[in-house]
Amino acid sequence: MSAVTPTSDSDVGEFTPRPGRASLGRMARAQVWMELKLMLRNGEQLLLSLIVPIGLLVVCTKLTFIQVDGRRADFFVPGVLALAIMSAAFAGQAIATGFDRQYGVLKRLGATALPRTVLLLGKTGAVLVVELLQLVLLIGVGLLLGWRPDGDPISVLLLLAFGTAAFCGLAFLLAGALRAMTTLALANILWFVLLVFGGIMYPLSELGGAQGVIEVLPSAALSSGLREVLQDGHHVPFEHLTVLGLWAVVSMTAAAATFRWE
Amino acid sequence: MVGLRLTHARALEADADVAVTPAPVAARPAAEPALVIDGLVKRYGDRTAVDGVSLRVERARVLALLGPNGAGKTTTIETCIGFRRADRGTVRVLGLDPRADNDELRPRIGVMLQQGGVYQSARCGEMLRLVASYAADPMDPDALLERLGLATVQNTPYRRLSGGQQQRLSLAMALVGRPEMVFLDEPTTGLDPQARHETWRIVEALRRDGVSIVLTTHDMEEAERLADDVVIVDHGKVIATGTCDELIRGQAEREVRFQAVPGLDVAALQRDLGGEQLVHEPAPGTYLVVGPVTPQLVAGVAAWCAKHEVLLGGLQVKQRTLEDVFLELTGRELRA
Repeated sequence: MSAVTPTSDSDVGEFTPRPGRASLGRMARAQVWMELKLMLRNGEQLLLSLIVPIGLLVVCTKLTFIQVDGRRADFFVPGVLALAIMSAAFAGQAIATGFDRQYGVLKRLGATALPRTVLLLGKTGAVLVVELLQLVLLIGVGLLLGWRPDGDPISVLLLLAFGTAAFCGLAFLLAGALRAMTTLALANILWFVLLVFGGIMYPLSELGGAQGVIEVLPSAALSSGLREVLQDGHHVPFEHLTVLGLWAVVSMTAAAATFRWE
Repeated sequence: MVGLRLTHARALEADADVAVTPAPVAARPAAEPALVIDGLVKRYGDRTAVDGVSLRVERARVLALLGPNGAGKTTTIETCIGFRRADRGTVRVLGLDPRADNDELRPRIGVMLQQGGVYQSARCGEMLRLVASYAADPMDPDALLERLGLATVQNTPYRRLSGGQQQRLSLAMALVGRPEMVFLDEPTTGLDPQARHETWRIVEALRRDGVSIVLTTHDMEEAERLADDVVIVDHGKVIATGTCDELIRGQAEREVRFQAVPGLDVAALQRDLGGEQLVHEPAPGTYLVVGPVTPQLVAGVAAWCAKHEVLLGGLQVKQRTLEDVFLELTGRELRA
């Protein structure tokens, strides 16, 4: 580890002010790339976002402890896609943002030329890239497991976009208001509760009376919507999109009102 | 106590390579002052962190905010960069309101906070390049890393850097966008002496190149060496302000100490010097002349010794330091 190099020749003019902000596009690209690298470097994030969804897809499709109608992969691929979105856009995003806040990153970068909107845009952009990776891997594994998708891709993209918005909003809501350790614990608990009770891994009808409540959870709206399109070939699932859209609007509004940068 | 230290430390500065040149290279025509704070008050609950601070920094000058922990230095800086809203008073940075014009201001300033502010798993070089990408015309990040001794750790994650390395990265992040003005909150706390000196050279080079600087410190030597102007704050109030020289010379009492054979006639010496000073021999062979010190006084002591065939063993003018000034003003040590 070298010490500071004593400078014998301090060039006149090396620090001459030439302030100015880079283009928004350049800042956004740099920010997305940085956040993406950090995400892919984080083992727990990868576990939650990639390994768990892929593992669950394989296990649930191959083993028959959960009873479903029709081809097993046709039921589980949409559910696991919803889970993957929830992992990346909600749990991963909330935990990373919470710690960035605790370590003063949000505050410090708020004193640079970077606008705060671009800072959050960078985080969201990185989530979208990870989601793309999840889609490619899960669709690939699904096809290997005998998945035969139906329906129109536009509806699927709409559902994924609305779901991402709803989960990102919830992530920012937690991360901007609570301490990082609380956010970590809560995000993991919610992730697990929604995985088990959120209508992701087994038909909602099995939950009996609780079905009505669970249907309005973002996890259920996303997985049910994806199933209706991909499994049953339905057209645009307006009801589920509305639920997700409401979650997005409410959570983002609340986050905007309560978010603390330090 | 320094041997024959008749001139101020800055004039005797050994680092001839970074001469303190008065005129900024990139002087801007008729620019408004870099910073004007007028009657700033900031409260947290019922605690008043800043209580009516006013100060002014001209372009390409270095102002040191000096004071013990909790004096209100950091709050003052955080108000200047728009993190805090002033409860009372006004702050103008480069002619802008730090909150209303925050978007316009941020690209023009560089900020070094006391700690944190970096993604824990970001690598050192990666982080600096990220911040460089926010600027239209940034400095070369590699050159900056090299200069700050971070080139060899540029692939090390931030959380594994030593405290001093984290500190230096923070300084680099403040400078890489070529700001017009920088705010450095305790830039050298926790640095080893080498890194501290390099940081000082950088501050001097910034000033030379026309950058305006506000730094906080509780290191007297740092303030004396770097600052054009010093503002001493305590309990949120400005208790003294001026150049280092003004602050140090403002107060009278100083002394000349010399060594010679024991048993000189101190009363005679005192008479010969004109009676304004007191002369005594606290230990055999060591003499103190206490009172206003002038060049004539030093010459007078030497002349009296020559007249009496006394060989001077050593003669020192003790100058007061900012440390002494601070102690007198607050009754407290700076690093309490």
